[in-house]
Amino acid sequence: MAITLSGDQALPGPPLSSRLTPAQVWGIILLAPYLLVFLAFVVYPVGYGLWLARAPSNYVALYNDPIFARAAINTLIFLVVGINIKMLIALFLSGFFAVQRTWIKWLSVIFILPWAVPSIPTILSVRFMLNPEWGMINHFIFSLTGDDGPNWLNDPTVALCMAIAVHIWKSLPFWTLILITGRLAISHDLFEAAEVDGASWWQKFRFITWPSMQTLYVTCTLLSMIWTLGDFNSVYLLTGGGPADLTHVLATLGIRYLRLDQLSLAMASIVCAMPFVLPLVYFMMKRLSR
Amino acid sequence: MKLPSLRDVATEARLLLIGIPVFLWTMIPIYHMFLFAISPKEDAFSGKLWPDHPTLHNFEIVFKQQHYFLRDFYVQFWNSTVIAVSVGVLTLFIATGAAFSISRLKVPGGRAVLNLALFTYFIPAAFLAVPMYRTMGNYGLLNNHWSLILAMVTIASPYAIWVLKQASDKLPVELDEAAVMDGATTLQIFRLVYLPLMMPSLVAIGTYAVLLAWNEYLYAFLLLSNDREITLPVALGNFLAADDSPWELLMTTGFIYALPPAAVYYAFRRYMVGGLTAGAVKS
Repeated sequence: MAITLSGDQALPGPPLSSRLTPAQVWGIILLAPYLLVFLAFVVYPVGYGLWLARAPSNYVALYNDPIFARAAINTLIFLVVGINIKMLIALFLSGFFAVQRTWIKWLSVIFILPWAVPSIPTILSVRFMLNPEWGMINHFIFSLTGDDGPNWLNDPTVALCMAIAVHIWKSLPFWTLILITGRLAISHDLFEAAEVDGASWWQKFRFITWPSMQTLYVTCTLLSMIWTLGDFNSVYLLTGGGPADLTHVLATLGIRYLRLDQLSLAMASIVCAMPFVLPLVYFMMKRLSR
Repeated sequence: MKLPSLRDVATEARLLLIGIPVFLWTMIPIYHMFLFAISPKEDAFSGKLWPDHPTLHNFEIVFKQQHYFLRDFYVQFWNSTVIAVSVGVLTLFIATGAAFSISRLKVPGGRAVLNLALFTYFIPAAFLAVPMYRTMGNYGLLNNHWSLILAMVTIASPYAIWVLKQASDKLPVELDEAAVMDGATTLQIFRLVYLPLMMPSLVAIGTYAVLLAWNEYLYAFLLLSNDREITLPVALGNFLAADDSPWELLMTTGFIYALPPAAVYYAFRRYMVGGLTAGAVKS
C-alpha cells in the first residue's frame, strides 16, 4: 500500500498547490467524497469499536460464554462444509449450463432467480415450509408415509443444515455464473482434440477443464468464505439463532450481544474472528490487485 | 428426419436428470411464496399444491392497508424506494469521481485509496454493522433515513470504485491526450469523453447499488425502528413478532417486495452479468 511519490515531490520545496497540475487538483477534489465517507463510516466506527473491545475482561467473558464457543464451531462448519459443497455443486452445474441446448438456456434464466430476488421473503417462505404442523414438507411426508415429519428447526443440527441449505439456495446461482464464465473462456479446440484422441468425460475434466479453472475456483471459494462470514440473513431469518441459541454464527452473535446491550462483547466477538479473516483478506487483495 | 440414436437419447436423459432437480430446487421456495399469496388462509395452511379457491383477496388487503401489520405499507414502500434510489445516485457520484481520479488523472496516493477500498470490500458487512450502529448513534442519525443511506453507500462504493477503475483502465489514454490537445479542461474530459464511454459500467454499478440497498435487511433493521421510517424488509421481519402471524399476507407483501428487484435485474441483465462478474473475480 505504498503511496508512490516521485523523488522531487518527496523533498521539501515550493508550496503544494504550485507543485500540483490542475488535473491533479481535480483528482483530489473528485477523490475527496469517498475519502470523507471512508473516514466517517469506516475508520471512525472501526477505531471506536476496537477501543470498546480493548478490555481483556471482554475476552474472558466470551471465553466463558458457551454460546460463543457454539457460534464459533457453527461458523466453522458453515464455512468448511457449506462453502465447499456449494462450490462443488457450482463447478458441476457450470458444466451442465455450458451445454448448448435451448431449454438449458431458459433454465439458466430461471436459475438466477434466487440471486435476483431479496432474501427476506424467500427465506421466510422456506421457514414456513419447514413448519412442523402446517408446513408443506411435513404435509407431504404425512401423505406419503402417514407419519408426522420431524420438527425441522427444533433440532440444532438439522436447523443449522437447513440454514446452510438456504445459504446455498441463495448464492449458488452467482458462483455458478462466474464458473460458467471461466469455463467458456477455455479454448474449444482443446476439447475437440481430446475428443479425437478418445478421451473420456473424466479425462477431459481432469486434464483440460480443471487445470484452466483451478485458480478461479480457489479464488471463488476463498471469496465466498469471507463473504459467508457476514451472512446474517440465512441464519437469523430461518432459525433466529434458536433453538436455545444453539445455531448462532458469528454474524448473528454480534447482533445478539448488541440487542442485549453488551456492545463491548459484540465487538470482542468480531475481533476474535479477525485472525481468520485478515489472512484471507490479505491473500485476496494480493490476488486481485495484481 | 433422422431418428435420434440411442446415445443421443441417453445424453438427453442424463441432462434432464440434472435439469429437473435444478428447476425444482430453484422454484419451490418461490412457488411456495406465490402459492401463499393467492391462497385464502385455510388453503395456505392445508399444505395443498394448488389452492381450492385461488384469490387475489390478499393483494387487496395489502393495497388497501387493511391489516394491523400493513397500516403503513405505502409509506414503507416509499421509504424503500427513496433510500434505494438515493444510494444508487450517491454511490455513482462518489465512485465515478474516485475511479476517474485514480485511473485517468493518476492522482498521487490513488493506488493506496484503491487498496483501502478493496480492503473494505472484503470485510463482511455484518461485522461492520455493530460499530456502524453505534457510530450512527454518536452522529445522532439513528431512525433517520440518512443513516441507512450513508451506511449503504459505504458498503456499495468500494466495489463500485473497483469495478469502475478496472473499466476506466481499458479506455485508451490517447482519448484524453487528444482532448487535452484540443484544449479541453479536466472537467470537460470528464463530462464529454469519460462519462459517455463509461455508460454501460455506470448502468451496471447504479443497478448494483440500488438493488443492494433495496434488499438490505440487517442495516435497515438496526438503524431504523420507527414504524413510519422503516423499509419494507424490516416491516416483513416485524410480522414475525406476533404468535399468529398472518403468513398469507406476509408472503403477499414479500411477493410484491420481490417483484421490483427481479424486474430490474432481468431488464439490466446484459449489463449486470457482463459488468459485475467480470469485476467480481479476476483470475
